[in-house]
Amino acid sequence: MSDEPLLEVQSLTVRYGERAACNDVSFSLWPGEVLAVVGESGSGKTTLLNAICGRVAASAGAVRFRAADGRVRDLRTLPEAELRRLVRAEIGFVHQNPRDGLRLGVSAGANTGEPIMAAGARYYGDIRRTAAFWLERVEIDPARMDELPAMFSGGMQQRLQIARALVTKPRLVLMDEPTGGLDVSVQAKLLDLLRRLTAELGLAAVVVTHDLGVARLLAHRILVMRNGRVIESGITDQVLDDPQHAYTQLLVSSVLVT
Amino acid sequence: MTATAERLSGGYNFAYLDEQTKRMIRRALLKAVAVPGYQVPFAGREMPLPYGWGTGGIQVTASIIGPDDRLKVIDQGSDNTTNAVSIRRFFAKTTGVAVTTRTADATVIQSRHRIPETSLRAGQIMVFQVPIPEPLRWLEPRETVTRRMHAEADYGLMYVKLYEDIARMGRITTAYDYPVMIHGRYLMRPSPIPRFDNPKLDRSPALMLFGAGREKRIYALPPHTPVKSLDFDDHPFTVERWSQRCQRCGSADSFLDEIVMDDRGTRRFVCSDTDYCDGRLAPQAP
Repeated sequence: MSDEPLLEVQSLTVRYGERAACNDVSFSLWPGEVLAVVGESGSGKTTLLNAICGRVAASAGAVRFRAADGRVRDLRTLPEAELRRLVRAEIGFVHQNPRDGLRLGVSAGANTGEPIMAAGARYYGDIRRTAAFWLERVEIDPARMDELPAMFSGGMQQRLQIARALVTKPRLVLMDEPTGGLDVSVQAKLLDLLRRLTAELGLAAVVVTHDLGVARLLAHRILVMRNGRVIESGITDQVLDDPQHAYTQLLVSSVLVT
Repeated sequence: MTATAERLSGGYNFAYLDEQTKRMIRRALLKAVAVPGYQVPFAGREMPLPYGWGTGGIQVTASIIGPDDRLKVIDQGSDNTTNAVSIRRFFAKTTGVAVTTRTADATVIQSRHRIPETSLRAGQIMVFQVPIPEPLRWLEPRETVTRRMHAEADYGLMYVKLYEDIARMGRITTAYDYPVMIHGRYLMRPSPIPRFDNPKLDRSPALMLFGAGREKRIYALPPHTPVKSLDFDDHPFTVERWSQRCQRCGSADSFLDEIVMDDRGTRRFVCSDTDYCDGRLAPQAP
């Protein structure tokens, strides 16, 4: 891990009218680190993720991102066109619902190839090889790359979305409930895959989840949110084994033990 | 207006549209020429014919035509199909300008679906009737989003379509309305001309104007503008080729129509550009 943080979020506030969905949130993320954001529905987790990559406009604060060229840019004040280029090249996004992150009308290969075509790839053979490579990495048989995502199961669609997010070799991946809506055995496989990919590629990731098991398996550090505020943060095991805040204690104790 | 001009235009203002409307359209045209390939919105008028029949092209022609012009109208390459005949008669009636079917003689050529085979020259103006001006429309239905994509020259999505073509069919199957990059900046839909005609757009000495009546957009290609048809490095852009020659004039290098002659499947290939075909059969006096 390098000494310089990859991402520095400082006092980020997002208001929807009078209500602050995200209130004064600060954290830093180092290269290769996985951070989990947990909390109940409506606690501002997804808003935080969207505000980091400019999908929703923040009302105050800063999102400092160290790009591949070593320069630190504030994503909140970056001009729109530049923001889009940077986000597209260096930040991957995985939606909770694969339908939001995929183009269902075009093949799996085109879905995986789109980000590199947008970045300027113009050699069909290369685009196809790269797409096949990443499909294989997420355990989708490259023989199925010309099929439509609608023909895939939910778990496969989610893996396809991950391939699409990783194909530009981003330095940061933002994931919104990546295992939501999948059955338990598929969840376990997906978590295995995510854990391996983040470790092998040295990815930094922010994973939003309401599932503490996901946080425990994937994340190095954890951020607990409630009503738009961060109420507790620290090393994952520490927070989950010895929660300090009353709400975190409630959250940890309400996990079903089987 | 003089009595003669009034008689010629059948009681209408010259070229049907009122002068204020023509000025408004000319302003849009100037902007379109200044920013090649950019779609300029304009306050399109109701025309005395339905959308899809060339209302955009007619408004552009009406705004630029003058008493000394000579007009040619083509529809699918032919001077004598319904659309061509009625638009030609419309302008003959409302302007009294000379009309012609010969490409070389025309100063303004309004067209649907073709660019003439005869090379255009400096000073001529092509006017295209455009059904859907937005090249990204089938891929992205939201106008707000496509406008932003144009602003940021963000055209990766168009390649997704070409990729799909090759992945499914082994080659790019887009046969008409083939997307082009204008001067390395704007992605443009060249109206539904066959891709055979795309190379004629590149650095053409004639001015090309595009009018979309229903969508109320005008765009333009000034003379000598570089036009590149999108492709992949390993799947370059190509035009259609036929194994046959035109069975009327014997041309081997023009766009051919395949015509079914009877109910036993007899087919005949002839030039789509009737003026070009006739010109080869009976060379006219210069």
